[in-house]
Parts: sequence; structure tokens; C-alpha cells
Amino acid sequence: MNASMTLILLMAVMYASGVYVMLERSLTRVLIGFLLVGNATNILLFLMSGRPGLGPIMNDGVDAADISDPLPQALILTAIVINLGITAFMLALIYRSWWLAQLGAKGDLIDDEEQDLEDALASAAELRRSEDDDTAIHAILDASDEHLDATGDVDDTARDADTDAAELLAELTALDVPTDTSPIEVQRSEQAGRDGTDDTSPRDGSS
Amino acid sequence: MPELIPLMVLIPLIAAALTVIFGRQPRLQVAISSTALTATVAISAVQIALIDQNGPAVVAVGGWAAPWGIALVVDRLSAIMLLISAIMLLGVLIYSIGQGVADRHRETPVSIFHPSYLILSAGVFTTFIAGDLFNLYVGFEVLLASSYVLLTLGGTGERIRAGVTYIIVSLVSSLFFLASIALIYGATGTVNMAQLSVRLGELPADVQLVLHVLLLIGFGIKAAVFPLSFWLPDSYPTAPAPVTAVFAGLLTKVGVYALIRTETVLFAGHDLSALFLVIGSLTMIVGILGALAQADIKRLLSFTLVSHIGYMLFGIGLATTLGLAATIYYVVHHITVQTTLFLTTGLIERTGGATSINRLAGLLKASPLVAILFFIPALNLGGIPPFSGFIGKVGLFMAGAAAPSPLVWIGIAAGAITSLLTLYALTRFWNMAFWRGKGELKGYESVLIESLQEAPEAPDASVAVKTRTVPATMLAVTAGMVALTVALTVFAGPLFGIAERAAEDLKTPAFYIDTVFPGGVQ
Repeated sequence: MNASMTLILLMAVMYASGVYVMLERSLTRVLIGFLLVGNATNILLFLMSGRPGLGPIMNDGVDAADISDPLPQALILTAIVINLGITAFMLALIYRSWWLAQLGAKGDLIDDEEQDLEDALASAAELRRSEDDDTAIHAILDASDEHLDATGDVDDTARDADTDAAELLAELTALDVPTDTSPIEVQRSEQAGRDGTDDTSPRDGSS
Repeated sequence: MPELIPLMVLIPLIAAALTVIFGRQPRLQVAISSTALTATVAISAVQIALIDQNGPAVVAVGGWAAPWGIALVVDRLSAIMLLISAIMLLGVLIYSIGQGVADRHRETPVSIFHPSYLILSAGVFTTFIAGDLFNLYVGFEVLLASSYVLLTLGGTGERIRAGVTYIIVSLVSSLFFLASIALIYGATGTVNMAQLSVRLGELPADVQLVLHVLLLIGFGIKAAVFPLSFWLPDSYPTAPAPVTAVFAGLLTKVGVYALIRTETVLFAGHDLSALFLVIGSLTMIVGILGALAQADIKRLLSFTLVSHIGYMLFGIGLATTLGLAATIYYVVHHITVQTTLFLTTGLIERTGGATSINRLAGLLKASPLVAILFFIPALNLGGIPPFSGFIGKVGLFMAGAAAPSPLVWIGIAAGAITSLLTLYALTRFWNMAFWRGKGELKGYESVLIESLQEAPEAPDASVAVKTRTVPATMLAVTAGMVALTVALTVFAGPLFGIAERAAEDLKTPAFYIDTVFPGGVQ
């Protein structure tokens, strides 16, 4: 059996570089390594077919010793097809793995859900800030009420404004949003907040 | 009727195609796949009866005679493996149907499950009937490719992580296998196993050694033999319970089957039995020590799976007829018991809502039936006398005592220790999860528990013992499997008889060669 030295060298280099790349952390490199090693193995199979010869078709006047060995070629073909299928699956797996990695610790959330959660948290914070403003206004109003009570001269319009403000305050405290609620609760309270108060949410167009 | 043999592969493949076509009709899918697997059980039952009487059957695929065409060979060993794996595949399928119907918000897209599962069956059957080394490789690839899909079902983060390890390790083992096929072809000019049996023996001893070890590495990774077994406990436990059950039961045993073939048909004249005895003992001890450190039952069982592969290696390493017979019996026992245990784990997960020793308690009261269904195979695996595990182990030890050598005695000692430790690990789990009262769970502190490794993917450690009802189908299938493990004891006589006849066939490679080449090898 005389084999081609070039092919042997090529196979050796492909094996070496393939194994080297396969040891990397990145999955894409592992896949490249697998492709290199897999094709090096195919070359090994090919090398085992012995010396090259005529196409393996028996005709008149063709000596069986002159034709090349067809079996390794059939084996290589099968191996290539299998490798192709596995590569396709690996690519899908790598894509999925990359996708999961992009989401980080959030795991399997879908992009839209993640965006919704961020929006909900942002508007909850906004709501809390506007609530603080309201409390400050109430403090001022209460102070002015006390002043009015002290003089004994009760203005009807001021009284009305006071009751309105008290109702608003009650509504707002009922809506107090803790920071670690689930996104659904946050969204729900955000929705209610938008109905009850002035729209302070920055994302009114998207709702 | 050797014409029936190709049907073992054809029926699941055609059914897989049909289940893809009817992907949107789950009921039809269920009907197709269960019919197909029932048919394979029937065919393999007929085959084993015929082959045990009339001797092995050979089919030349496409009508091309053996050295040129691909030969499918079913001898007694193949027939035994076909029957037991067909039964397991059918049982697990029904179990998973029961589970799928019950789980409304399941992670497993059923439309993919059935085709992959059927192709997995076709791959397993192909490896058992292959009479040709390259056909064996194709069978391996078919079953591995579908196992990749099954292991990463649903594509959740942890399954992808576990799947990547599994897939890359399997790919490397396949490349080892393919490279050794290439070298064997280069050395002998054939891939037909019967022809190889003759020609490999004519090679110089050093060339034989290289080819032999290359093949063993490829098969060793698949069979999860000790230094090559690290991947198994990391990848199996994350899959859905039925998938883990069928992987644990069958996939490693396919590797063991290939090892038996390598040792008996291909390299009958080249003796590596000392290596097998050493590696076998190491696999047993290292595997079971790993199991002792686990709190999660799925990981615990995965480690016992690795450790019990050691018994089979020990039996192969004895290289006597009795050793092989005991190995074959042990393989059958282990396939059944390991599958059953993983199915019961699925029941525990449903009933208790967890699989970790630290979060399970009081299940005996919640579900006494599950407690019994776990207890029987656990004792069986541990080798308690009336059960098949005991018979298998005693068979192996007696075969060892009949061919004594220092290594064999070490192997027997390792086997006895492993058996005890298996019993310890499993009964400890049973005590904690089933026997201990719910109240003990909260304040339970123990050095032992703290030193146990939690599974890295364990969810929050809140103590919550939920109890849910288990679908009747799942319970019925598991009960049936447990009954089968008990039946392995009841019918141990006939089973050991056929295992012995299979081993006698294997010990004379000329028998296999004559079967494939009735007129002698060219």
C-alpha cells in the first residue's frame, strides 16, 4: 500500500489543529474543531483505500487490479452525511445557547416579556416619584388648612380642595408599589395608577 | 423467519416518518408510535423463540451476499438484547404518554418527542442486528443523533448546558470509532465482522493491540467506563424522566453490547482481560463512591449506573463461558432495574415536587404505592437475595471463583463492596424521602446531609413537600416494570439457560463465522 504523503500531512495537521480548537471554551470553536477532526477522519478513511486507480466500474478490458477501492469512498460519503446532520444540529444548539447567554441570568424570558418588565419597573418608579410630589403638596395644603382653622374663617372652596386631595392621597397610598413585586403586579398597579392620576408614565404611546 | 429481522428497524423508521406527518394530531401520533413499538416487541419475541431453537439468522440486505453486501446477524445475544430493549422502549413510551397527557404546561413539545423516540429505537435495534462494523457505526450515529434531540427537548438553559457536554463527548467517541474502522479496514480490507474475526487474528500482535484499544476507547466512552464516564452524571439527570430512563437503561448497554462483540467476535484471539478486570473494579468503586456523595436521586442513580457497568466489564474480563453468561444475565437485569428506578424517580418528582433528599419527606404516607415501587427495584439493584440483582452478582462471582487469579479476587471484593454501598445509598434515600416524617424535614440537621452535594441546578432550597396525584398510566407502567424485575427472578432459570447458550455461541467465534459464511470465508 502506497499512500500520498501530502494527504497524510494534511490529515495530521487537521487532526492537530482540530483537537487544539476543540479544547477552546467557545462552542463555535468546538464545532470548527469537530469539523476539522471529522474531515481528518474522512481523509484517514480515504487513505486506507490504497493507491488511486480507475473508477470502480467493471468494463471489458479493465483489470480489477487497476480500479480504486470503492468501499472507503462509500464509507466517507456516509460519514460526511452524518457529519453534516450533526453540524446542523450543533449550529442550532449553539444559536440557542448564545441566545440564552444573551439573556443572562434572566434565563428563558422572551425578549418582549423582558422589555415589558423593564418598562413596568420604570413606570412604577416614576409613579412613586410623582406620589412623593403629591405628598409634599398635601403637606403644604394641610399647613394652609391649619392656618385657616386657626383664623376660624373656613373657606368652602378650600375645604373642597382639601377633600379632593385627601381622596387622591388615599388612592395613592393604596397603590404603593413595593420594589420586589412580580412584573404582573407592577403592571397591574401601573395600569391602575394611570387611571387614577395624571399620566406620569413615559411610555403612554406604547400601551 | 429471518425476513422479519429488517422490520425491527423499518417499522420504527416508517412510524417516525408518519408521526412527523401527523405532528399536529397528538392522539394519532400516540397511536402510531405505540403500535409500532408493540410490533417490534412481538417480532423480537418471535425471533428469540425461533433463534433459540434453530440457531442464528442472517439476512443479506438487498440480496447481496455477505462480504459484498451488508449482513444483518441475529444470534442469541442479539435476540435477547432486542427483546429486552423493545419491551423497555414500549414501557417507557406508554409512561411518557401518561405523563404528557397529565402535564398541561409541559416543557416537552410532543410533536418532536415521538419521531425522535422512534428513531432512537431504530438506532438501538440497528446496533443489535449489525453484522458489519460500519453498520454498527451508523446504528450508533442514528441513536446518538436522536438522543441529542431528546436530551435537549424544550431547549431550556440547563438542558442546553447538559446537552453540550453530552453531544461533544459523544461526537469524540464516534470519531474514535470511525477512525478505528478506517484503520481496521486499512489493515484487513473488510468491515464485515465475521471476516474481521478471521483476518484480525492474522495480524501482528502489536497492530492488533492498537486497533483493539482504539475500538475500546470509542465503545468505552459510550458505555461510561470509569475514566471515560465523567460525562454521564452531568448530562442524564436534566432530561425529562422518561428520556433519562430510556437513556440509562439502553444507551450505555448498547456500548456494553459492542464491547462484548469486540471481545468475543472481533478480537477473540487477542486477550485484554486483565485490563477489563482492573477497569471493571475501578468503575465499580469510583462510581459508587460518587453516588454516596449525592443528595439528588437522579444524580445518585446516574452514579450507580456508572458503577454497575463495572460488573459487566468484570464479567467480560473473566473471558469464560460462565462469565459471559452471567454478564448477559446482568445486562438484562440492569436494563430493567435501572429503567424502572428512573421511572419511579419520575413518580417521586410528581408526588413530592422535588428529587433532592433535602426537600423530600413523608412520602410513605402521601403515596405508599410509590414507596413500594421504589423499594423493590432499589433492593434489587443492591443485590438482596430473592431478586435478580443477587442472582446476577452471584453468577458473576461464581464465574470469577471458577477462574481464580489475584485480579479476579480483587474484582469480586470490589463487587461485594459496591453491592453493599449501592444498598446503603438507595436505602438511605428511601429512609429520608419516604420513611422520615414531614415534621422532621424542617429542623433536620446532620453532618451527613450537609456534606452531600446539591445538584448545581437545584432550585431555591425552600422546604416544600407538595403532594400531587400521579396519573394512573404512569403508576401502572411502573408497576408493570417492577413486576418485570421480579419476573427476572422467577424466570431466572430459563433466562440464565438462554444466556449460557448465547455465551457458548460467543466463546466459539467459528460459530459466528459459519453463520455468516456457511461456505467458509474467502
